[in-house]
Amino acid sequence: MTSEHSGMRPTGRGPGRVILVIYCIFALAAGARAGVQIATKFGEAPLAYSLSAVAAVIYLVAAIALSRNSTAGRRVALVSIVVELVGVIVVGLLSVFDAQAFPDATVWSGFGQGYGYVPLVLPFVGLFWLHRTTRPITEPATKPVTEPVTNSDGA
Amino acid sequence: MSGPLDLAIIIASLAVAAWAGFAGFRDRAPDRVQFAGLIVLQAGVVAMGVVSGVALLRGERPAELETFVGYIVTTVCWPAVAFVLGRMEPTKWGSVTISVGCLVIPVLVLRLEQIWG
Repeated sequence: MTSEHSGMRPTGRGPGRVILVIYCIFALAAGARAGVQIATKFGEAPLAYSLSAVAAVIYLVAAIALSRNSTAGRRVALVSIVVELVGVIVVGLLSVFDAQAFPDATVWSGFGQGYGYVPLVLPFVGLFWLHRTTRPITEPATKPVTEPVTNSDGA
Repeated sequence: MSGPLDLAIIIASLAVAAWAGFAGFRDRAPDRVQFAGLIVLQAGVVAMGVVSGVALLRGERPAELETFVGYIVTTVCWPAVAFVLGRMEPTKWGSVTISVGCLVIPVLVLRLEQIWG
C-alpha cells in the first residue's frame, strides 16, 4: 500500500510473502521456545534462553519491517537481518567451541542445525530479497532496460 | 495421541503442499483444490486438538506440558493462517506460500508426537 512512496518494489508481496511467512514461523518457533524455557527453567541456561527470546524479537521485527513495504521498513529489515546473520554465525560458533555457555539449544545453536539450517540460510535470502526489491518498478519486456537508475543509497 | 489421525494429517498436508508447489511452479494462483485441501487439513488438526484436549482432561500428561500446549495451539491455527495468506496473494507466490505452510504441518505433528512420548 505504501510502496508508491518509496518508488521501489514492495518487499511484502510476491516472493516476499513467502519470505515473510518463513520469518513469522521462526518468530513463533523461537518465541514459543523462549517463553516456555524462561517460564519453566530460566536458571538452567539463562544465556541460551535469553538469546532465544532475542532471536524471536529479531525475527518478528524483520517480519513486520518486510511487510511494511516502505523505505523505513526496508531500513529496519536490513538492520534486523544483519543482526540475525551475525547472531546465527556467532552463536553457531560459540555453541560448537564453548558448549558450556549453551547447555540447552537455541534456534541458532549449531548454525540452526535443529531447524534444518534454515536460520543460517534465511538471512541471506532476506538480504538478497531486499537487494532485489531495491530496483525501481519497471515495466517488464518491451525494450531492453539499461538500468536507468543506479541507486546510490547504499543502505 | 492418535496414530492414524496424525498419519492422515501428515499425508494430506504433504499432498496439498505438493499440489500447491506444482501450481506455483506452473505460475498458477491458489486454486479451489488448495483451499479445499486446507479446509480438510483444518478439520484434521481440530480433531487432533480435541483428541489431545480430551486426553489432557482425563489426566494424561505429555513429557513437557507447556511445550505441548504451545505446539497444539499453533497446529490448530496453522491451516487457517495458510488459508488467509494464500487468499492475500492471488499470484503464483500465493501457491508457494500455501505449499510452505503445508510443509510446516508434518513438522508440527511429528514434534507433537515426540513431546507426547
